[in-house]
Amino acid sequence: MLARVTTTDNGVDSLADVTSSEDRLRRFLLGLPGVDQVGAEARAATLSTRSIKTTAKAYALDLAIQMIDLTTLEGSDTPGKVRALCAKAKRPDPADPTAPQVAAVCVYPDLVATAKFELRGTGINVASVATAFPSGRSSLAIKVQDTKDAVAAGADEVDMVIDRGAFLSGRYGLVFDEIAAIRDAAGDAHLKVILETGELVTYDNVRRASWLAMLAGADFIKTSTGKISPAATLPVTLVMLEAVRDYHESTGLHIGVKPAGGIRTAKDAIKYLVTVNETAGPDWLDPELFRFGASSLLNDLLMQRTKLATGHYPGPDYFTLD
Amino acid sequence: MPTKDGARLEVRKTYKLYIGGAFPRSESGRAYAVNNTKGKFLANASQASRKDARDAVVAARKAFGGWSGKTAYNRGQILYRIAEVMEGRHEQFSAEVAASEGLSISKARAAVDASIDRWVWYAGWADKLAQIVGSSNPVAGPYFDFSLPEATGIVAVLAPQESSLLGLTSVIAPAIVSGNTVVAVSSFERPLPAITLGEVMATSDLPGGVVNLLTGSASEIGPWLASHMDVNAIDLCGISDPDEARDLEAASAENLKRVRRPAVEDWSESPGLSRMTQYLELKTVWHPIGV
Repeated sequence: MLARVTTTDNGVDSLADVTSSEDRLRRFLLGLPGVDQVGAEARAATLSTRSIKTTAKAYALDLAIQMIDLTTLEGSDTPGKVRALCAKAKRPDPADPTAPQVAAVCVYPDLVATAKFELRGTGINVASVATAFPSGRSSLAIKVQDTKDAVAAGADEVDMVIDRGAFLSGRYGLVFDEIAAIRDAAGDAHLKVILETGELVTYDNVRRASWLAMLAGADFIKTSTGKISPAATLPVTLVMLEAVRDYHESTGLHIGVKPAGGIRTAKDAIKYLVTVNETAGPDWLDPELFRFGASSLLNDLLMQRTKLATGHYPGPDYFTLD
Repeated sequence: MPTKDGARLEVRKTYKLYIGGAFPRSESGRAYAVNNTKGKFLANASQASRKDARDAVVAARKAFGGWSGKTAYNRGQILYRIAEVMEGRHEQFSAEVAASEGLSISKARAAVDASIDRWVWYAGWADKLAQIVGSSNPVAGPYFDFSLPEATGIVAVLAPQESSLLGLTSVIAPAIVSGNTVVAVSSFERPLPAITLGEVMATSDLPGGVVNLLTGSASEIGPWLASHMDVNAIDLCGISDPDEARDLEAASAENLKRVRRPAVEDWSESPGLSRMTQYLELKTVWHPIGV
């Protein structure tokens, strides 16, 4: 449907060449085929009309719960709130022990230690935002130190933001070097690179930023910080899923995708899962390769789950407020 | 718009549901033919499904905070405003009630008069209910102790099947006057005045979602509302089959809904307070004095 990207399109033989100099990187990124905006939006709209019912729906709901990065990123976060969130991550529905655990809890770096302690022995990861989240406006030294602090406190995953100002003014080399530096600083932690698609303006930019992040060593590419509107949208996620699919075809590597912000209903989550399956493929229907950055989504998934299990509509009074 | 032979092309009304202040068609896409008492076709009405009921409950929950938080005086004003706007549509209501219920036009007018008067009557109760139902309680201690009525939440109403406007008014008004929000399933055979009442509500400063009107079968939608964990009370007056009413009552017990059982009711009589007091929670406050 949309034009696929292969390395030979851009007159380069291997992706290693692409990153050998800023000039080549720029030529490669600007040479990526443009995204057909109308086509991408129409495709996303078509995929969101699929009807997922009964057993498929039950599977999708449980999978979506397992893909959640349960997130709290407020200035008002307290250790108490993080502990409550961790309790919810471990046992999302206290009334139903069959409800699966979420994938990770996502907090600010100073609360990583609290979350890590609460989640010890559960297999649930602790993700931390870093690099002057959400604006990404500080020096590289500070961003690196921010990342090191988070990892030292026990973060299993680091969510970094790219420097959108540098990206939009065409300084791709700077963005690349920053991601690579954070990649080193993060050590063994999984690196998620937040593109903040709401500020990138065009789908072409989203595709370029996706490739840039993957070339620089991202394990995951993530749509948004959740602080900017629009946050995650289905067409943007579609473009990013195509980028990881194309990257996989070129390199054999699996890169994950994480839409974050604005996904509040189970219905929306299922639309994303359909898009994942139809775009990147069933390999990506795995919490290792696809995540939802969300908080209120979990309650809606649990309510839908309860509806399927009990046969009557549940109410929000029976689920935790968070 | 004149046709070739000079006759005016009829502009017929599409009767839709009233959910969250908007007029959507049924999610299910279904509609059914509504006939008058002699079997002559009147109009097509949307046939609401369980998912429309689900959406209506979400809209009612969203509206609850704002509506129950308004001053009682303001709620009274808005109920009175509904009566004012109905007055301007008197002819339309009369024609619909006459066609739906098979009444003479003069009897239909009397029914519409009574419906409008009922809104006015309940509007007056808005800021008086607390004085009648509430109390200050003598307690053995240095406390000023008082009890105040508060709205219970979402009231599901299975409206009367016979009385299409007066009956509907008599079950909705007492629920919303104290700050509850309502999801009502209208009479199945006689749904048209209900939707016109929705049009009145949409233009009477009544916030969207406070009253949601579904046209369709109470037997189909009733069980979903009765078992819905986010509905706080249910009025079963539109159910005539005692077995069905018992099943709905049993389903309502799951989250301890307040249930109003079906009974033979004469809607033209003065309604009394029982419907208003049915959907209240009493909150008692102990306030220390003399400290």
